[in-house]
Amino acid sequence: MKTLEELMALRDQAKQKMTVREDTGDDAIRIVVGMATCGIAAGARPVLNALVEEVAKRNLKGVTVAQTGCIGMCQYEPIVEVMQPGKEKVTYVKMTAEKAVQVVNDHIVNGQPIVEYTVGAVAK
Amino acid sequence: MRELSLNVLDIAQNSITAAASLITVEVLEDTRLHTLAINIIDNGKGMSDEQLMSVRDPFFTTRTTRKVGMGIPLFKLAAEQTGGCFSINSALGKGTSVNAVFKTDSVDFTPLGDMKSTVIMLVTMNTDRDFVYRQKVDENEFVFDTREIRQVLGDVPLDEPDIVGWMKEFIEEGINNLYGGADNENT
Repeated sequence: MKTLEELMALRDQAKQKMTVREDTGDDAIRIVVGMATCGIAAGARPVLNALVEEVAKRNLKGVTVAQTGCIGMCQYEPIVEVMQPGKEKVTYVKMTAEKAVQVVNDHIVNGQPIVEYTVGAVAK
Repeated sequence: MRELSLNVLDIAQNSITAAASLITVEVLEDTRLHTLAINIIDNGKGMSDEQLMSVRDPFFTTRTTRKVGMGIPLFKLAAEQTGGCFSINSALGKGTSVNAVFKTDSVDFTPLGDMKSTVIMLVTMNTDRDFVYRQKVDENEFVFDTREIRQVLGDVPLDEPDIVGWMKEFIEEGINNLYGGADNENT
């Protein structure tokens, strides 16, 4: 059974971690997932889940994963946008949980956007 | 939508847009009557009578990117196609309540699906709101309330990965226990 005592212990651990956490700074990366009816119906929930889990697993600093409404291209959902200051926004379409993990690894960690998953490549 | 839990995720977004500070999701199952009721209740800004009349219409939406809004119509359809019913009540300044009843023995009943993921997503993506998730199967009840979790956490955020992990397991266990500890057959 999960108990509140366990939660208290996790809280205390988290508090210690928080004090050593650095400021996210200006080069923060924002990953947003379209979570309107169209996105959810197309499978955005596992995509968002995968992004959050991969970012947490790799303990990436300065990366926030958030949800947004309808991006306006419902036929290409699930859509993931990567926004980085000073760089052009990258829009990934028809995403899956597996592709989302790849995006975190290749694009966010290694700085190499995956062109074949972008709207430019898919919407030809 | 492949699972009702996805409809719930979608409908609850409306509560968030309506600036609700407390959103309650109830899933109440009666295995003898073969019914499953889903209620999504918020204390957001509510809707005018005029708006309330139009939300069931797919060609009404608050979004600006398209002219259609399928959230409420899809949820209503999912309930009515089982022989169940759907209602929505709202008062300006007080909040909105969306209620759907499903007949679980209908061939057109969509499985409830992964409610845990829906609840976790709502909580972690909207840490500035409170959520109550209440699920009942006959006499058995499970309640998850972020206000209680917050009391334990103090200033530690709800989206801290270790805390999210604990909440996931807590909800999963709670839901499984409703089905006598067996693995949740909905997921």
